[in-house]
Amino acid sequence: MTTASFPRTIRRLPGVKRPAGRRRRDGVLLGAGCVVGLFVLLAALGPLLAPHDPNAVDPLNVNSASSSAHLLGTDDTGRDILSRVIVGARASLAAPAVIVAVSTTLGTLLALAAAWFGGWLDRFVTGVLDVVFGFPGLIMAVLVAAVFGAGLVAPIVALSIAYLPLFTRVVRAAAVKERNLPYISALLLLGASTSRIWLRHLLPNLLPLVLVQATIGFGYALIDVAAISFLGLGSRPPDPEWGLMVANGAPSILAGHPQPALFAGLAILVVVVAFNLLGTGLSRRLLGDRT
Amino acid sequence: MMTLRFVATRLATLVITVFVSSLAIYGAMFLTPGDPATLLVGGSRSPDPEVLARIHREYHLDDPFIQGYWHWLSSCLQGDFGRSLVFRDSVADLIGARVGSTLALVGYAAVLVLTAGTVIGTMAALRGGRVEAFATALTAGAMAVPTFVMSVLLIWLFAVRLPWFPVYGSGEGFAGTISHLTLPAVALALTWIGYVAQVTRTAVRAELRAEHVETARGRGVPERIVIRRHVLHNASGPVFAVSGVGIAGLIATAAIAEQAFGTGGLGALMIDAAAKQDMAVVQAVSLLFVVVFVVINTTVDLISAALDPRLATREGAV
Repeated sequence: MTTASFPRTIRRLPGVKRPAGRRRRDGVLLGAGCVVGLFVLLAALGPLLAPHDPNAVDPLNVNSASSSAHLLGTDDTGRDILSRVIVGARASLAAPAVIVAVSTTLGTLLALAAAWFGGWLDRFVTGVLDVVFGFPGLIMAVLVAAVFGAGLVAPIVALSIAYLPLFTRVVRAAAVKERNLPYISALLLLGASTSRIWLRHLLPNLLPLVLVQATIGFGYALIDVAAISFLGLGSRPPDPEWGLMVANGAPSILAGHPQPALFAGLAILVVVVAFNLLGTGLSRRLLGDRT
Repeated sequence: MMTLRFVATRLATLVITVFVSSLAIYGAMFLTPGDPATLLVGGSRSPDPEVLARIHREYHLDDPFIQGYWHWLSSCLQGDFGRSLVFRDSVADLIGARVGSTLALVGYAAVLVLTAGTVIGTMAALRGGRVEAFATALTAGAMAVPTFVMSVLLIWLFAVRLPWFPVYGSGEGFAGTISHLTLPAVALALTWIGYVAQVTRTAVRAELRAEHVETARGRGVPERIVIRRHVLHNASGPVFAVSGVGIAGLIATAAIAEQAFGTGGLGALMIDAAAKQDMAVVQAVSLLFVVVFVVINTTVDLISAALDPRLATREGAV
């Protein structure tokens, strides 16, 4: 039963086309995947790809409009906006990546333990997470920032904890369902060890759900981290981080130069929408979710 | 009938959540590698030892943790939140001076969420076709733009390009307050307007297809009454629940709009205090936010369950 091999995809008969809705959704999924891939590439190679030094000020060329030298113009100290957006990808994507990695890993383990052992452990985990859920992530981050000072440590610590209940609830519900399936009882009867069932059966079966949750959660984490940087409690100037760029660009808006803030905001928006579409697309593909 | 057990569980969770949160809010101070007293005078300055010694006495920092915690919590419950040495004022006065502005902002945003969210969602579901597609795209867009990005976008569009609204401060008198708070309230509300609109649309759609609606139509009940009594009435449960969650969410994120527009409320005070590492203020304001957040969420849960008793019996329901 463990190695039943079904063909992973059923080949389409020649001449049979996929329905139009399906094709369009596949296109959206592919597009979102490409955008996410592009920004991950920028995060990895940003400093090599940027046309200028993101922190090089140019007092003679402040708030300039788009030109061939500065495709998106310059900010109030003459720094190249395009370069700042490109180099900022790393700082903007790294913190949410850590948050999602920590909270999904920890959340999956908690969910598996709660679903598998049930009883008081399940009630305890659920209860603790209900309490954590009552503490808004942003306020937790402000509190941590007050203790440790501004920096990315505060949002990473606070949001990893704040996101835990959401991931754990979803995975736990799925794990309970999976645990009650007959094949698990069969494996137990066959004498399979708990660790073997977890590693070979439960985890692989829950992995698609975890992946979908992590993808969707990434967008939210990105927004929250950028918001904390916007509030001045995250990344420190002059780091090119998107949330901080929006905050630093805000005064220039009143002087009629919205470019620095709006392009950084646009970068956040594009990445968030791409991760969201990727998450829902993956959810349809991997989980057969029709919503 | 709502089960007593459900009410008791929810209230117990409320009390435990507030208790654990207050413990975390107080205890956070002790995570600092140095002397927690430095956080109470504002961590960035180097304070003189005499002041530190006084702080130690005032906040019972040399006593066991639980004793210090109990002292802090009982003073808070009596409305004494201590003194801020950074702002040179009592924390209660600092809060009192700003709570009105935050209440006005959150109230304004809540009205926007409740009206715009439900109207857009209902229209989308009832009209269908182009209206629905347009509303869906609009709400998806509203939900994707973070509050702080929406704030700067609104400032640029409606305060700079079209000078319709003032940008900073919270205004004098009713008209002044409305004109000053409109942009911040819209920026704050938009995410939740999108959310409520989507839930409303889904709920109304589901009811439109329900058998009891078909039956009512079959009996010859006029469409207007079918919509009002059968469709909208039945769809109101989930809409109420998500609106409540939305209003709690407005409180949790009010700080962002306040900071972006400089309306100077409690959230802005908390951010300012955190940046200056003024722990006494941060502790008091975050405790206040958490209590209000949890109380609203619990109230919404209880009212939802009273409206739809199935929620109280179904385990793990919203």
